[in-house]
Amino acid sequence: MIEIISQPWPWYVSGFLIALIMLVLLLMGKRFGMSSNLKTICTICGGGKASDFFRFDWRKDSWNLLIVFGAALGGFIASHYLSDNTIPKVSEATIEALSEMNFSSENAYLPKELFSLEAFTDFKTVLILIIGGILVGFGARYAGGCTSGHAISGLSNLQKGSLIAVIGFFIGGLVMIHLIYPLIF
Amino acid sequence: MKRILYIIIGLIFGIVLYKSEAASWFRIYEMFRFESFHMYGIIGTALIFGSFFIWSIKRFKIKSFDGRPITIEPKDSSFRKNLFGGIIFGLGWALVGACPGPLFVLIGAGFAPVLLVLVAAVFGTFLYGILKNKLPH
Repeated sequence: MIEIISQPWPWYVSGFLIALIMLVLLLMGKRFGMSSNLKTICTICGGGKASDFFRFDWRKDSWNLLIVFGAALGGFIASHYLSDNTIPKVSEATIEALSEMNFSSENAYLPKELFSLEAFTDFKTVLILIIGGILVGFGARYAGGCTSGHAISGLSNLQKGSLIAVIGFFIGGLVMIHLIYPLIF
Repeated sequence: MKRILYIIIGLIFGIVLYKSEAASWFRIYEMFRFESFHMYGIIGTALIFGSFFIWSIKRFKIKSFDGRPITIEPKDSSFRKNLFGGIIFGLGWALVGACPGPLFVLIGAGFAPVLLVLVAAVFGTFLYGILKNKLPH
């Protein structure tokens, strides 16, 4: 059993479980969306002094902080106890593209070129991580949600706004990978 | 008691994101190159079951565990807000290979540089809060 769990999980199992988590949250009277936690953290850090956008009772959303706290615990458990440490088996075409960018194919769960501890000592890598993070946080709030809130919850609820947001996600993602990556890697 | 339940739900979510490799930079990179079905399979399956669950909730007027009706109010949206915000988010998602959920999962998994991404994402959210009224919505 543990051997099966330790292998990467197939997409259909994972997709079903994600939908199930959304269902359980709805049945608990909540909504499935992760990026609103970033707003809650801003509020806790005193963001209300700078903008009324952050003036709300964050305690009402503290349940969602427990969710991401749990998600971090889940990441710890999955990586330490439920993983056979194989690297994601991406396609041959992707491996070829990676080697053209000088990303090692003998790698880890995340590319060590960006996420090993040496990343902190490389100015360019630090800049990439910071700019990427800012874009994720800014864009998610501007769009009104991220992958969980728009691509899963919103699309499942057949909301037009979420479809536009997801189209936006892909425009941005494709521009980054195909036009901007060749300039930075 | 309910608090423990939220942590357990999050814990399962975190394990699913990690084990499905949806939290891996490599899978996001591959997805935007259309070189594998994997990520599309995950999101597609979640959508098929997710829309069935939400349809069932509406169709059979299923109530929440504490007996209240479940209402799913659409997010307040506008074309420009969704599109511009979406594009900016997509640029970041592809650049760091992680969206907000996986950020927490990866920090738990011990990838210290992801902490930097999370702090930057909180700062990005803060920037939106102070620039909100100057942006097209």
